[in-house]
Amino acid sequence: MSGDAAERARETVEAVYRTESRRVLATLIRLLGDFDLAEEALHDAFRAALEQWPRDGLPANPRAWLVSTGRFKAIDGIRRRARIEPLDHVPEPADTTADHDFLEDGEGVEDDRLRLIFTCCHPALAPDARVALTLREVCGLTTEEIARAFLTALPALAQRIVRAKAKIRDARIPYQVPSQAELPDRLDSVLRVIYLVFNEGYSASSGASLTRHDLSGEAIRLARLLAELLPEPEAVGLLALMLLQESRRAARASPTGDLILLEDQDRTLWNREQIGEGLALVERALSSRRFGPYSLQAAIAALHAEPPDAAATDWAQIVTLYDVLLRVEPSPVVELNRAVAVAMRDGPSAGLTLIDAILARGDLSEYHLAHSARADLCRRLGKTTQARDAYRRALALARQEPEQRFLERRLAELKN
Amino acid sequence: MKYICLGYIDQKKWEDVSESERNALMDECFAYDDVLRDNGHFAGGEALQSARDAVTLRYGNGKVSVTDGPYAETKEQLGGILVLEARDLNHAIQLMSKHPGVRVGPFEIRPAADLTAIVAESSERRRSANEGE
Repeated sequence: MSGDAAERARETVEAVYRTESRRVLATLIRLLGDFDLAEEALHDAFRAALEQWPRDGLPANPRAWLVSTGRFKAIDGIRRRARIEPLDHVPEPADTTADHDFLEDGEGVEDDRLRLIFTCCHPALAPDARVALTLREVCGLTTEEIARAFLTALPALAQRIVRAKAKIRDARIPYQVPSQAELPDRLDSVLRVIYLVFNEGYSASSGASLTRHDLSGEAIRLARLLAELLPEPEAVGLLALMLLQESRRAARASPTGDLILLEDQDRTLWNREQIGEGLALVERALSSRRFGPYSLQAAIAALHAEPPDAAATDWAQIVTLYDVLLRVEPSPVVELNRAVAVAMRDGPSAGLTLIDAILARGDLSEYHLAHSARADLCRRLGKTTQARDAYRRALALARQEPEQRFLERRLAELKN
Repeated sequence: MKYICLGYIDQKKWEDVSESERNALMDECFAYDDVLRDNGHFAGGEALQSARDAVTLRYGNGKVSVTDGPYAETKEQLGGILVLEARDLNHAIQLMSKHPGVRVGPFEIRPAADLTAIVAESSERRRSANEGE
Protein backbone atom coordinates (compact mmCIF):
# COMPACT_ATOMS: atom_id res chain seq x y z
CA MET A 1 0.00 0.00 0.00
CA SER A 2 1.26 3.49 -0.83
CA GLY A 3 2.64 5.75 1.87
CA ASP A 4 -0.19 8.23 1.31
CA ALA A 5 -2.96 5.70 1.71
CA ALA A 6 -1.29 4.29 4.84
CA GLU A 7 -1.06 7.78 6.30
CA ARG A 8 -4.72 8.46 5.55
CA ALA A 9 -5.71 5.15 7.08
CA ARG A 10 -3.76 5.96 10.23
CA GLU A 11 -5.43 9.37 10.42
CA THR A 12 -8.85 7.78 10.05
CA VAL A 13 -8.16 5.32 12.84
CA GLU A 14 -6.86 8.16 15.04
CA ALA A 15 -9.97 10.19 14.31
CA VAL A 16 -12.19 7.27 15.18
CA TYR A 17 -10.13 6.73 18.34
CA ARG A 18 -10.70 10.33 19.39
CA THR A 19 -14.46 10.21 18.91
CA GLU A 20 -15.35 6.60 19.71
CA SER A 21 -12.72 5.00 21.97
CA ARG A 22 -14.44 5.96 25.26
CA ARG A 23 -17.74 4.59 24.08
CA VAL A 24 -16.19 1.38 22.81
CA LEU A 25 -14.40 0.95 26.14
CA ALA A 26 -17.61 1.46 28.10
CA THR A 27 -19.36 -1.26 26.10
CA LEU A 28 -16.41 -3.65 26.35
CA ILE A 29 -16.39 -3.24 30.15
CA ARG A 30 -20.03 -4.33 30.20
CA LEU A 31 -19.43 -7.28 27.91
CA LEU A 32 -16.22 -8.50 29.51
CA GLY A 33 -17.02 -7.60 33.12
CA ASP A 34 -13.53 -6.28 33.81
CA PHE A 35 -11.82 -2.90 33.34
CA ASP A 36 -8.32 -4.17 32.57
CA LEU A 37 -9.56 -6.83 30.17
CA ALA A 38 -11.64 -4.23 28.39
CA GLU A 39 -8.70 -1.85 28.05
CA GLU A 40 -6.57 -4.61 26.57
CA ALA A 41 -9.39 -5.51 24.20
CA LEU A 42 -9.73 -1.86 23.17
CA HIS A 43 -6.07 -1.64 22.21
CA ASP A 44 -6.17 -4.95 20.38
CA ALA A 45 -9.22 -3.77 18.45
CA PHE A 46 -7.58 -0.52 17.35
CA ARG A 47 -4.40 -2.36 16.41
CA ALA A 48 -6.51 -4.64 14.25
CA ALA A 49 -8.24 -1.60 12.73
CA LEU A 50 -4.86 -0.15 11.74
CA GLU A 51 -4.09 -3.39 9.93
CA GLN A 52 -7.44 -4.15 8.33
CA TRP A 53 -9.18 -0.87 7.51
CA PRO A 54 -6.58 0.26 4.95
CA ARG A 55 -7.07 -3.11 3.26
CA ASP A 56 -10.87 -3.57 3.61
CA GLY A 57 -12.01 0.05 3.85
CA LEU A 58 -13.73 1.82 6.73
CA PRO A 59 -16.55 -0.36 8.16
CA ALA A 60 -20.12 0.96 7.93
CA ASN A 61 -20.35 1.02 11.74
CA PRO A 62 -16.83 1.50 13.11
CA ARG A 63 -17.97 1.34 16.73
CA ALA A 64 -19.73 -2.00 16.27
CA TRP A 65 -16.70 -3.36 14.41
CA LEU A 66 -14.34 -2.31 17.20
CA VAL A 67 -16.56 -3.72 19.98
CA SER A 68 -17.01 -6.98 18.14
CA THR A 69 -13.31 -7.31 17.36
CA GLY A 70 -12.21 -6.36 20.88
CA ARG A 71 -14.64 -8.81 22.44
CA PHE A 72 -13.58 -11.62 20.15
CA LYS A 73 -9.89 -11.10 20.86
CA ALA A 74 -10.52 -10.92 24.62
CA ILE A 75 -12.53 -14.14 24.72
CA ASP A 76 -9.96 -15.79 22.48
CA GLY A 77 -7.23 -14.68 24.88
CA ILE A 78 -9.18 -16.01 27.85
CA ARG A 79 -9.63 -19.40 26.23
CA ARG A 80 -5.93 -19.58 25.36
CA ARG A 81 -4.91 -18.66 28.91
CA ALA A 82 -7.39 -21.21 30.35
CA ARG A 83 -5.42 -23.96 28.67
CA ILE A 84 -2.30 -22.80 30.51
CA GLU A 85 -3.63 -21.58 33.86
CA PRO A 86 -6.14 -23.19 36.23
CA LEU A 87 -9.64 -22.11 35.24
CA ASP A 88 -10.54 -20.39 38.51
CA HIS A 89 -7.84 -17.75 37.94
CA VAL A 90 -9.39 -16.64 34.67
CA PRO A 91 -12.36 -14.28 34.51
CA GLU A 92 -15.38 -15.35 32.52
CA PRO A 93 -16.79 -12.79 30.10
CA ALA A 94 -19.86 -11.33 31.73
CA ASP A 95 -22.16 -11.33 28.76
CA THR A 96 -22.68 -14.02 26.15
CA THR A 97 -25.60 -12.48 24.26
CA ALA A 98 -25.61 -12.66 20.50
CA ASP A 99 -23.50 -10.18 18.57
CA HIS A 100 -26.28 -7.93 17.31
CA ASP A 101 -27.73 -7.27 20.76
CA PHE A 102 -25.05 -5.38 22.55
CA LEU A 103 -24.95 -2.16 20.61
CA GLU A 104 -28.59 -1.13 20.39
CA ASP A 105 -28.94 2.34 21.88
CA GLY A 106 -32.16 4.09 22.65
CA GLU A 107 -34.42 1.07 22.68
CA GLY A 108 -34.51 0.86 26.46
CA VAL A 109 -30.80 0.04 26.49
CA GLU A 110 -28.86 2.79 28.24
CA ASP A 111 -25.68 4.28 26.93
CA ASP A 112 -22.80 2.30 28.38
CA ARG A 113 -20.95 5.54 29.10
CA LEU A 114 -23.63 6.32 31.68
CA ARG A 115 -23.00 2.95 33.34
CA LEU A 116 -19.30 3.72 33.32
CA ILE A 117 -19.70 7.20 34.85
CA PHE A 118 -21.92 5.95 37.67
CA THR A 119 -19.61 3.01 38.40
CA CYS A 120 -16.48 5.18 38.51
CA CYS A 121 -18.28 7.61 40.86
CA HIS A 122 -19.75 4.92 43.12
CA PRO A 123 -19.98 6.13 46.74
CA ALA A 124 -18.26 2.94 47.96
CA LEU A 125 -15.04 4.23 46.34
CA ALA A 126 -12.94 6.79 48.17
CA PRO A 127 -13.55 10.32 46.81
CA ASP A 128 -10.07 10.78 45.33
CA ALA A 129 -10.30 7.31 43.81
CA ARG A 130 -13.54 8.32 42.07
CA VAL A 131 -11.86 11.37 40.58
CA ALA A 132 -8.82 9.43 39.34
CA LEU A 133 -10.86 6.55 37.93
CA THR A 134 -13.33 8.85 36.15
CA LEU A 135 -10.57 10.87 34.51
CA ARG A 136 -8.84 7.67 33.44
CA GLU A 137 -11.73 5.56 32.18
CA VAL A 138 -14.38 8.10 31.14
CA CYS A 139 -12.18 10.96 29.96
CA GLY A 140 -9.30 8.82 28.69
CA LEU A 141 -6.51 10.74 30.40
CA THR A 142 -3.32 8.76 30.98
CA THR A 143 -2.24 8.02 34.53
CA GLU A 144 0.71 10.38 34.00
CA GLU A 145 -1.56 13.22 32.90
CA ILE A 146 -3.80 12.76 35.93
CA ALA A 147 -0.85 12.62 38.34
CA ARG A 148 0.63 15.78 36.86
CA ALA A 149 -2.71 17.59 36.85
CA PHE A 150 -3.26 16.90 40.54
CA LEU A 151 0.40 17.32 41.48
CA THR A 152 0.41 13.78 42.89
CA ALA A 153 3.27 11.31 42.68
CA LEU A 154 2.72 8.90 39.80
CA PRO A 155 3.06 5.63 41.77
CA ALA A 156 0.55 6.85 44.37
CA LEU A 157 -1.95 7.83 41.68
CA ALA A 158 -1.47 4.57 39.79
CA GLN A 159 -1.98 2.59 42.99
CA ARG A 160 -5.17 4.55 43.70
CA ILE A 161 -6.59 3.48 40.33
CA VAL A 162 -5.51 -0.15 40.76
CA ARG A 163 -7.14 -0.24 44.21
CA ALA A 164 -10.37 1.26 42.88
CA LYS A 165 -10.65 -1.33 40.10
CA ALA A 166 -9.90 -4.08 42.61
CA LYS A 167 -12.64 -2.85 44.90
CA ILE A 168 -15.15 -2.78 42.04
CA ARG A 169 -14.23 -6.39 41.34
CA ASP A 170 -13.90 -7.72 44.90
CA ALA A 171 -16.91 -6.00 46.47
CA ARG A 172 -18.87 -6.71 43.30
CA ILE A 173 -19.95 -3.17 42.46
CA PRO A 174 -22.27 -3.81 39.52
CA TYR A 175 -21.95 -2.03 36.18
CA GLN A 176 -25.33 -0.32 36.29
CA VAL A 177 -27.16 2.94 36.00
CA PRO A 178 -28.85 3.48 39.38
CA SER A 179 -32.60 2.98 39.76
CA GLN A 180 -34.87 6.00 39.94
CA ALA A 181 -34.98 5.75 43.75
CA GLU A 182 -31.19 5.85 44.06
CA LEU A 183 -30.60 8.37 41.29
CA PRO A 184 -30.62 11.63 43.30
CA ASP A 185 -27.84 10.54 45.68
CA ARG A 186 -25.85 8.72 43.02
CA LEU A 187 -26.11 11.66 40.63
CA ASP A 188 -24.93 13.95 43.42
CA SER A 189 -21.81 11.82 43.75
CA VAL A 190 -21.10 12.18 40.02
CA LEU A 191 -21.68 15.93 40.07
CA ARG A 192 -19.34 16.31 43.02
CA VAL A 193 -16.56 14.51 41.14
CA ILE A 194 -17.05 16.69 38.07
CA TYR A 195 -17.13 19.94 40.07
CA LEU A 196 -14.06 18.90 42.04
CA VAL A 197 -12.16 18.33 38.80
CA PHE A 198 -13.36 21.72 37.54
CA ASN A 199 -12.29 23.55 40.71
CA GLU A 200 -8.89 21.92 40.61
CA GLY A 201 -8.45 23.47 37.18
CA TYR A 202 -10.21 26.72 38.03
CA SER A 203 -8.10 27.79 40.95
CA ALA A 204 -4.78 26.52 39.59
CA SER A 205 -2.29 29.36 39.54
CA SER A 206 -1.48 30.73 36.11
CA GLY A 207 2.18 30.05 36.71
CA ALA A 208 1.57 26.32 36.90
CA SER A 209 3.45 23.88 34.71
CA LEU A 210 2.46 24.03 31.03
CA THR A 211 2.00 20.28 30.99
CA ARG A 212 -0.88 20.37 33.50
CA HIS A 213 -3.93 19.10 31.71
CA ASP A 214 -6.83 21.48 31.17
CA LEU A 215 -8.97 20.09 33.99
CA SER A 216 -11.65 22.73 33.71
CA GLY A 217 -12.12 21.90 30.05
CA GLU A 218 -12.28 18.20 30.87
CA ALA A 219 -14.90 18.81 33.56
CA ILE A 220 -17.04 20.81 31.14
CA ARG A 221 -16.78 18.07 28.50
CA LEU A 222 -17.76 15.49 31.10
CA ALA A 223 -20.73 17.56 32.28
CA ARG A 224 -21.84 18.02 28.67
CA LEU A 225 -21.79 14.28 28.12
CA LEU A 226 -23.70 13.67 31.34
CA ALA A 227 -26.33 16.31 30.55
CA GLU A 228 -26.74 14.81 27.08
CA LEU A 229 -27.17 11.26 28.39
CA LEU A 230 -29.13 12.17 31.51
CA PRO A 231 -30.83 15.57 31.16
CA GLU A 232 -31.54 15.97 34.87
CA PRO A 233 -31.92 19.59 36.01
CA GLU A 234 -28.92 19.45 38.37
CA ALA A 235 -26.66 18.02 35.66
CA VAL A 236 -27.75 20.88 33.40
CA GLY A 237 -27.32 23.31 36.29
CA LEU A 238 -23.76 22.20 36.98
CA LEU A 239 -22.82 22.57 33.32
CA ALA A 240 -24.29 26.07 33.34
CA LEU A 241 -22.42 26.98 36.52
CA MET A 242 -19.09 25.81 35.15
CA LEU A 243 -19.55 27.54 31.77
CA LEU A 244 -20.39 30.83 33.50
CA GLN A 245 -17.38 30.57 35.80
CA GLU A 246 -15.09 29.52 32.97
CA SER A 247 -16.27 32.47 30.85
CA ARG A 248 -14.32 34.79 33.11
CA ARG A 249 -11.00 32.95 32.91
CA ALA A 250 -9.23 35.53 30.74
CA ALA A 251 -10.28 38.38 33.04
CA ARG A 252 -9.54 36.79 36.41
CA ALA A 253 -5.85 37.46 36.59
CA SER A 254 -3.52 40.22 35.43
CA PRO A 255 -0.64 39.38 33.08
CA THR A 256 1.58 39.12 36.15
CA GLY A 257 -0.79 36.64 37.76
CA ASP A 258 -2.45 39.03 40.21
CA LEU A 259 -6.01 38.43 41.31
CA ILE A 260 -8.70 40.69 39.80
CA LEU A 261 -11.99 40.75 41.68
CA LEU A 262 -15.25 40.23 39.81
CA GLU A 263 -16.25 43.88 40.25
CA ASP A 264 -12.95 45.06 38.72
CA GLN A 265 -12.76 42.66 35.78
CA ASP A 266 -12.63 43.82 32.17
CA ARG A 267 -15.91 42.42 30.92
CA THR A 268 -14.81 42.67 27.28
CA LEU A 269 -12.54 39.73 28.09
CA TRP A 270 -15.46 37.55 29.17
CA ASN A 271 -16.30 34.71 26.78
CA ARG A 272 -19.73 35.69 25.44
CA GLU A 273 -20.34 32.31 23.81
CA GLN A 274 -19.94 30.47 27.10
CA ILE A 275 -22.10 33.06 28.86
CA GLY A 276 -24.81 32.70 26.22
CA GLU A 277 -24.81 28.93 26.56
CA GLY A 278 -24.68 29.15 30.35
CA LEU A 279 -27.64 31.51 30.55
CA ALA A 280 -29.75 29.30 28.30
CA LEU A 281 -28.90 26.25 30.40
CA VAL A 282 -29.80 28.07 33.62
CA GLU A 283 -33.23 28.80 32.24
CA ARG A 284 -33.62 25.16 31.22
CA ALA A 285 -32.57 23.90 34.65
CA LEU A 286 -34.83 26.31 36.54
CA SER A 287 -37.81 25.62 34.29
CA SER A 288 -37.98 22.17 35.87
CA ARG A 289 -39.04 23.92 39.10
CA ARG A 290 -36.69 21.60 40.98
CA PHE A 291 -34.27 24.02 42.57
CA GLY A 292 -31.18 22.03 43.37
CA PRO A 293 -27.95 23.58 44.71
CA TYR A 294 -26.04 23.57 41.40
CA SER A 295 -28.94 25.13 39.50
CA LEU A 296 -29.27 27.83 42.14
CA GLN A 297 -25.55 28.58 42.14
CA ALA A 298 -25.73 28.76 38.36
CA ALA A 299 -28.62 31.21 38.60
CA ILE A 300 -26.54 33.40 40.90
CA ALA A 301 -23.61 33.15 38.47
CA ALA A 302 -26.00 34.19 35.68
CA LEU A 303 -26.95 37.35 37.60
CA HIS A 304 -23.26 38.23 37.75
CA ALA A 305 -22.67 37.43 34.07
CA GLU A 306 -25.60 39.30 32.54
CA PRO A 307 -25.13 42.98 33.48
CA PRO A 308 -22.86 45.19 31.34
CA ASP A 309 -21.00 46.40 34.42
CA ALA A 310 -20.69 45.58 38.12
CA ALA A 311 -22.84 48.54 39.19
CA ALA A 312 -25.83 47.12 37.30
CA THR A 313 -25.76 43.84 39.26
CA ASP A 314 -29.13 42.91 40.74
CA TRP A 315 -28.01 42.22 44.30
CA ALA A 316 -31.56 41.94 45.64
CA GLN A 317 -32.26 39.04 43.31
CA ILE A 318 -28.96 37.46 44.28
CA VAL A 319 -29.84 37.64 47.96
CA THR A 320 -33.21 36.03 47.23
CA LEU A 321 -31.46 33.16 45.45
CA TYR A 322 -29.08 32.74 48.38
CA ASP A 323 -32.12 32.54 50.67
CA VAL A 324 -33.37 29.57 48.67
CA LEU A 325 -29.90 28.02 48.42
CA LEU A 326 -29.53 28.27 52.20
CA ARG A 327 -32.77 26.34 52.68
CA VAL A 328 -31.76 23.67 50.15
CA GLU A 329 -28.14 23.28 51.20
CA PRO A 330 -27.46 25.05 54.50
CA SER A 331 -23.77 25.69 55.07
CA PRO A 332 -21.65 28.42 56.68
CA VAL A 333 -19.93 29.14 53.35
CA VAL A 334 -23.28 29.78 51.67
CA GLU A 335 -24.20 31.99 54.63
CA LEU A 336 -20.97 33.91 54.13
CA ASN A 337 -21.59 34.44 50.43
CA ARG A 338 -25.11 35.60 51.22
CA ALA A 339 -23.74 38.04 53.78
CA VAL A 340 -21.50 39.57 51.10
CA ALA A 341 -24.53 39.94 48.82
CA VAL A 342 -26.57 41.47 51.67
CA ALA A 343 -23.78 44.00 52.19
CA MET A 344 -24.09 45.00 48.54
CA ARG A 345 -27.86 45.33 48.79
CA ASP A 346 -28.20 46.92 52.27
CA GLY A 347 -24.79 48.39 53.00
CA PRO A 348 -21.61 47.08 54.69
CA SER A 349 -23.03 47.26 58.21
CA ALA A 350 -25.76 44.72 57.49
CA GLY A 351 -23.26 42.31 55.95
CA LEU A 352 -20.79 42.74 58.80
CA THR A 353 -23.44 41.84 61.38
CA LEU A 354 -24.12 38.57 59.57
CA ILE A 355 -20.43 37.64 59.21
CA ASP A 356 -19.75 38.42 62.86
CA ALA A 357 -22.61 36.12 63.82
CA ILE A 358 -21.11 33.24 61.80
CA LEU A 359 -17.66 33.71 63.35
CA ALA A 360 -19.14 34.11 66.85
CA ARG A 361 -20.67 30.65 66.47
CA GLY A 362 -17.20 29.28 65.83
CA ASP A 363 -17.84 28.56 62.16
CA LEU A 364 -15.34 29.44 59.42
CA SER A 365 -12.74 30.65 61.93
CA GLU A 366 -10.00 29.02 59.79
CA TYR A 367 -11.51 30.10 56.44
CA HIS A 368 -9.44 32.91 54.96
CA LEU A 369 -12.29 34.20 52.79
CA ALA A 370 -14.46 34.81 55.88
CA HIS A 371 -11.80 37.08 57.32
CA SER A 372 -11.04 38.82 54.03
CA ALA A 373 -14.78 39.49 53.52
CA ARG A 374 -14.99 40.88 57.04
CA ALA A 375 -11.89 42.98 56.46
CA ASP A 376 -13.37 44.43 53.28
CA LEU A 377 -16.59 45.46 55.03
CA CYS A 378 -14.69 47.00 57.94
CA ARG A 379 -12.57 48.91 55.46
CA ARG A 380 -15.67 50.29 53.73
CA LEU A 381 -17.03 51.38 57.10
CA GLY A 382 -13.81 53.17 57.94
CA LYS A 383 -13.01 50.72 60.75
CA THR A 384 -9.33 50.68 59.81
CA THR A 385 -7.92 48.85 62.84
CA GLN A 386 -10.47 46.05 62.61
CA ALA A 387 -9.90 45.83 58.85
CA ARG A 388 -6.15 45.51 59.36
CA ASP A 389 -6.56 42.73 61.95
CA ALA A 390 -8.96 40.84 59.72
CA TYR A 391 -6.68 41.13 56.65
CA ARG A 392 -3.77 39.87 58.74
CA ARG A 393 -5.85 36.90 59.91
CA ALA A 394 -6.88 36.17 56.31
CA LEU A 395 -3.27 36.44 55.13
CA ALA A 396 -2.14 33.94 57.76
CA LEU A 397 -4.74 31.46 56.51
CA ALA A 398 -4.52 32.00 52.74
CA ARG A 399 -2.57 29.27 50.95
CA GLN A 400 -2.46 30.40 47.33
CA GLU A 401 0.15 32.91 46.25
CA PRO A 402 -2.10 35.23 44.20
CA GLU A 403 -4.50 35.48 47.13
CA GLN A 404 -1.66 36.23 49.53
CA ARG A 405 -0.35 38.99 47.29
CA PHE A 406 -3.83 40.45 47.00
CA LEU A 407 -4.26 40.56 50.78
CA GLU A 408 -0.81 42.09 51.24
CA ARG A 409 -1.75 44.83 48.78
CA ARG A 410 -4.95 45.56 50.71
CA LEU A 411 -2.96 45.81 53.93
CA ALA A 412 -0.49 48.19 52.28
CA GLU A 413 -3.39 50.34 51.02
CA LEU A 414 -4.75 50.61 54.55
CA LYS A 415 -1.50 52.04 55.85
CA ASN A 416 -1.82 55.05 53.49
CA MET B 1 -22.64 -13.16 47.18
CA LYS B 2 -22.11 -12.95 50.93
CA TYR B 3 -21.74 -9.64 52.69
CA ILE B 4 -21.00 -9.24 56.41
CA CYS B 5 -22.92 -6.34 57.89
CA LEU B 6 -21.51 -4.91 61.10
CA GLY B 7 -24.04 -2.82 62.97
CA TYR B 8 -22.69 -0.18 65.30
CA ILE B 9 -24.57 1.49 68.14
CA ASP B 10 -24.07 4.80 69.80
CA GLN B 11 -24.25 3.25 73.27
CA LYS B 12 -24.95 6.49 75.10
CA LYS B 13 -27.81 7.41 72.72
CA TRP B 14 -29.26 3.91 73.04
CA GLU B 15 -29.32 4.11 76.82
CA ASP B 16 -30.96 7.54 76.78
CA VAL B 17 -33.88 6.19 74.77
CA SER B 18 -37.00 5.19 76.72
CA GLU B 19 -37.84 1.51 77.15
CA SER B 20 -40.97 1.71 75.04
CA GLU B 21 -39.02 3.41 72.22
CA ARG B 22 -36.34 0.75 72.48
CA ASN B 23 -38.92 -2.01 72.26
CA ALA B 24 -40.56 -0.33 69.28
CA LEU B 25 -37.25 -0.10 67.42
CA MET B 26 -36.32 -3.67 68.25
CA ASP B 27 -39.70 -4.81 66.97
CA GLU B 28 -39.00 -3.04 63.69
CA CYS B 29 -35.52 -4.55 63.46
CA PHE B 30 -36.70 -8.11 64.12
CA ALA B 31 -39.57 -7.68 61.70
CA TYR B 32 -37.15 -6.59 58.99
CA ASP B 33 -34.83 -9.49 59.80
CA ASP B 34 -37.84 -11.73 59.09
CA VAL B 35 -38.40 -9.99 55.75
CA LEU B 36 -34.77 -10.68 54.85
CA ARG B 37 -35.16 -14.29 55.94
CA ASP B 38 -38.35 -14.78 53.94
CA ASN B 39 -36.61 -13.49 50.81
CA GLY B 40 -33.52 -15.64 51.22
CA HIS B 41 -31.16 -12.78 52.13
CA PHE B 42 -30.57 -13.64 55.81
CA ALA B 43 -27.67 -16.12 56.02
CA GLY B 44 -27.04 -15.69 59.72
CA GLY B 45 -26.65 -13.10 62.41
CA GLU B 46 -26.00 -12.43 66.03
CA ALA B 47 -26.65 -9.60 68.42
CA LEU B 48 -23.84 -8.61 70.73
CA GLN B 49 -24.06 -7.75 74.41
CA SER B 50 -22.68 -4.39 75.45
CA ALA B 51 -18.98 -3.73 74.91
CA ARG B 52 -18.76 -3.42 78.67
CA ASP B 53 -19.18 -7.19 78.92
CA ALA B 54 -16.33 -7.87 76.52
CA VAL B 55 -12.80 -9.16 77.09
CA THR B 56 -9.75 -8.58 74.89
CA LEU B 57 -6.99 -11.07 74.18
CA ARG B 58 -3.72 -9.67 72.89
CA TYR B 59 -0.44 -11.38 72.02
CA GLY B 60 2.78 -9.73 73.13
CA ASN B 61 6.13 -10.61 74.71
CA GLY B 62 5.60 -14.27 73.93
CA LYS B 63 2.29 -14.64 75.67
CA VAL B 64 -1.40 -13.81 75.54
CA SER B 65 -2.60 -11.08 77.85
CA VAL B 66 -6.21 -10.66 78.90
CA THR B 67 -7.71 -7.24 79.53
CA ASP B 68 -11.19 -5.81 79.63
CA GLY B 69 -13.08 -4.95 76.43
CA PRO B 70 -12.71 -2.02 74.04
CA TYR B 71 -12.64 1.49 75.47
CA ALA B 72 -16.30 1.67 76.41
CA GLU B 73 -16.37 5.46 76.17
CA THR B 74 -15.93 5.25 72.38
CA LYS B 75 -19.13 6.62 70.91
CA GLU B 76 -19.89 3.74 68.56
CA GLN B 77 -19.52 0.10 69.50
CA LEU B 78 -20.29 -3.05 67.56
CA GLY B 79 -23.84 -4.12 68.40
CA GLY B 80 -24.60 -6.92 65.98
CA ILE B 81 -23.58 -8.91 62.94
CA LEU B 82 -25.76 -9.88 59.99
CA VAL B 83 -24.64 -12.22 57.24
CA LEU B 84 -26.38 -11.07 54.10
CA GLU B 85 -26.88 -12.87 50.81
CA ALA B 86 -27.22 -10.36 47.94
CA ARG B 87 -26.68 -10.18 44.17
CA ASP B 88 -24.04 -7.46 44.32
CA LEU B 89 -22.98 -4.44 46.39
CA ASN B 90 -25.81 -2.20 45.16
CA HIS B 91 -28.31 -4.88 46.15
CA ALA B 92 -26.69 -5.20 49.60
CA ILE B 93 -26.85 -1.41 50.00
CA GLN B 94 -30.51 -1.38 49.00
CA LEU B 95 -31.41 -4.16 51.46
CA MET B 96 -29.51 -2.73 54.43
CA SER B 97 -30.54 0.89 53.80
CA LYS B 98 -34.05 -0.23 54.68
CA HIS B 99 -32.99 -1.98 57.90
CA PRO B 100 -34.36 0.02 60.88
CA GLY B 101 -31.08 -0.67 62.73
CA VAL B 102 -29.28 1.90 60.58
CA ARG B 103 -31.04 4.63 62.55
CA VAL B 104 -29.25 3.65 65.77
CA GLY B 105 -25.77 3.66 64.34
CA PRO B 106 -23.82 3.13 61.13
CA PHE B 107 -23.65 -0.15 59.24
CA GLU B 108 -20.41 -1.33 57.75
CA ILE B 109 -20.96 -3.69 54.83
CA ARG B 110 -18.01 -5.80 53.78
CA PRO B 111 -17.86 -8.56 51.21
CA ALA B 112 -17.17 -11.93 52.84
CA ALA B 113 -13.77 -13.26 51.86
CA ASP B 114 -13.91 -16.56 50.03
CA LEU B 115 -11.09 -18.55 51.59
CA THR B 116 -11.97 -21.82 49.84
CA ALA B 117 -8.75 -21.89 47.83
CA ILE B 118 -6.62 -20.78 50.77
CA VAL B 119 -8.21 -23.34 53.09
CA ALA B 120 -7.66 -26.07 50.51
CA GLU B 121 -3.98 -25.16 50.15
CA SER B 122 -3.58 -25.13 53.91
CA SER B 123 -5.27 -28.55 54.23
CA GLU B 124 -2.93 -29.87 51.59
CA ARG B 125 0.11 -28.53 53.48
CA ARG B 126 -1.12 -30.01 56.77
CA ARG B 127 -1.88 -33.34 55.09
CA SER B 128 1.62 -33.52 53.57
CA ALA B 129 3.14 -32.56 56.92
CA ASN B 130 1.21 -35.35 58.65
CA GLU B 131 2.22 -37.88 56.02
CA GLY B 132 5.84 -36.83 56.38
CA GLU B 133 5.86 -37.82 60.06
